[in-house]
Amino acid sequence: MKIIACVKRVPTTEVQAKVAADGKSIDTTGFEYMLSFYDDLAVEEALKAKEKHGGEVTVLTLGPSDASKELREALAKGADKAVILVDPSWHTRDARSTAKALAAKIKELGADVVFTGRVATDRDQSSVGPMLAAYLGMSCVTDVVKLELAANGGNAQRESEAGVETLSFPLPAVITCDKGLNEPRYAGLKGIMAAKKKTIEEVPAQDVPNASQVLAVELPPARKEGRIVGEGAAAVPALIAALKNEAKVL
Amino acid sequence: MGSYANFRQLDYFQLDDQFSEDELMVRDTVRSWVTERYLPLAMEHFENGTFPMELVPELAELGVFGPTTPTEYGGAGLNSVAYGLICQELERGDSGLRSFVSVQGSLVMYPIFAYGSEEQKRRWLPLLASGKAIGCFGLTEPDFGSNPGGMLTTAVKKGDEWVLNGRKMWITNGTVSDVAVVWARAADGVRGFLVEKGAPGFSAPEQKHKFSLRASITSELVLQDVVVKDSARLPNGNGLKAPLGCLTQARYGIAWGGLGAAYACFDEALQYTKARIVFDKPVAAYQIPQKKLADMATQITMGQMLALRLGRLKDSGKMTPSHVSMAKRNNVAMALDVSRVCRDMLGANGISLEYQVGRHLCNLESVITYEGTHDIHTLAVGQELTGIAAFR
Repeated sequence: MKIIACVKRVPTTEVQAKVAADGKSIDTTGFEYMLSFYDDLAVEEALKAKEKHGGEVTVLTLGPSDASKELREALAKGADKAVILVDPSWHTRDARSTAKALAAKIKELGADVVFTGRVATDRDQSSVGPMLAAYLGMSCVTDVVKLELAANGGNAQRESEAGVETLSFPLPAVITCDKGLNEPRYAGLKGIMAAKKKTIEEVPAQDVPNASQVLAVELPPARKEGRIVGEGAAAVPALIAALKNEAKVL
Repeated sequence: MGSYANFRQLDYFQLDDQFSEDELMVRDTVRSWVTERYLPLAMEHFENGTFPMELVPELAELGVFGPTTPTEYGGAGLNSVAYGLICQELERGDSGLRSFVSVQGSLVMYPIFAYGSEEQKRRWLPLLASGKAIGCFGLTEPDFGSNPGGMLTTAVKKGDEWVLNGRKMWITNGTVSDVAVVWARAADGVRGFLVEKGAPGFSAPEQKHKFSLRASITSELVLQDVVVKDSARLPNGNGLKAPLGCLTQARYGIAWGGLGAAYACFDEALQYTKARIVFDKPVAAYQIPQKKLADMATQITMGQMLALRLGRLKDSGKMTPSHVSMAKRNNVAMALDVSRVCRDMLGANGISLEYQVGRHLCNLESVITYEGTHDIHTLAVGQELTGIAAFR
């Protein structure tokens, strides 16, 4: 089985975002990066698929050359190959441009199944996965929490507040992975040593102009300072009045 | 989850630049494991006086048992700096966790690898690396700690067999071990033997009532006419220098381990004093706490440089036992000082096991004593400088 995990490096959760001087982008000075949480699930699911069906796992990303750190970790966990589609201005690409470049490389590599995260934890768009399926002409199940994969297709469960939906799908397919699907493994020390011998291919990312343009980026308005209406049981009437008349939630 | 979930290691001098990508990956992998898998259990095991044996298969899967052992014997073939970083990260969890791994790797796998027969290596190293067998190291006796050469445990040869008699004390992992590396005095000097669990006359009762290393098993080893085959003797390690060679390996890891304990305490105190408000300002906004933080950060940074240089010396084959003495002595004393200051900075909360500082403080009282006491290492450095042994 030819398995591809599409992953993205994202700023770590401790990063404090600041708007850049142009007012249209985020100032990335001093950012530290990590693999997006949901993409970690995609790597794990790819490795599980390989363990069950044999074949080869390729980890694919679009980003800067130094995204090799995140890919090296996937190789240490057991992925066979890693490819970076290099674009120094990767973070300004829109989802369509990213998906087109990834799809072109996936077409060249060939894939029975492509795993990716439900959403990247930086831009929060949930777009690249379904777009990949569209450009590749593959079936697609998003937000998967349970997966049974067979040689020609599989069954997948997706969860929402409305309930659980079970779908069957044929291969080739794009599966976007949601929390609960698996528990990502740790890269063992032997794996880290073995990964040193694996190569990371770097090729220029296909140039695809953005279809959408960012006009402005603004931080959310600062929260208003809270107000203490009183202390203990004596404050309850004032609190109820405020909830009724000011907040209008009662 | 406690403050350990948001742990940030002090790196004041950007020493991360000095490590290779795979050394950092090893460190970060073990760090994540300790945060996610070990630390949620640490308080309970410390309080109950138990070691989380259920985590042994995960530790083995990670590859932390004897990671510098060549891959043909089941190790990961890592360099010594990576091994040091592993010890550092494990001790960021708890000195008991690091002790478990130090003993398995440096005090059991190392002597079998360095002094064992090919048959002993083939049999034991893969079992120990995979955590399917646990080992312990019996050198210290009730009356002989700093002077192991005075040991009373004897090995008497009878035909193709040896008869062992004596008592060992303060043996980490003794009660849960499948194999004990026991050092005993034979007619021609100190010899090492592999004594298996269940051998007639051999028992390993647990030592209770410790206030330190509570999340670690400590035992006596009792040997009463224990008969072992000559094939259980470590053939290539003769004399006291064999067990001392093992201790050099373990102490090397402890020099890094001290940093881990200090990181945990420092980070906890830093987070705590920035968040805790007293007289309308964070504790960290006052001068006395800032002086304490600045002093500790400086001492930790110096310890980091010492450990890093020690590791590079070891990997280039230039490390001597006196280098290890200086690093173990300095970094453990530094960590103990840091833990005491941090305990104080947390005020009343500092005595609660809900926080880490008190646990590290109690543990480090053992670490400063075992594997060569602080004072003995002082005299080892003194001997190196003057050529005169002051400990006799």
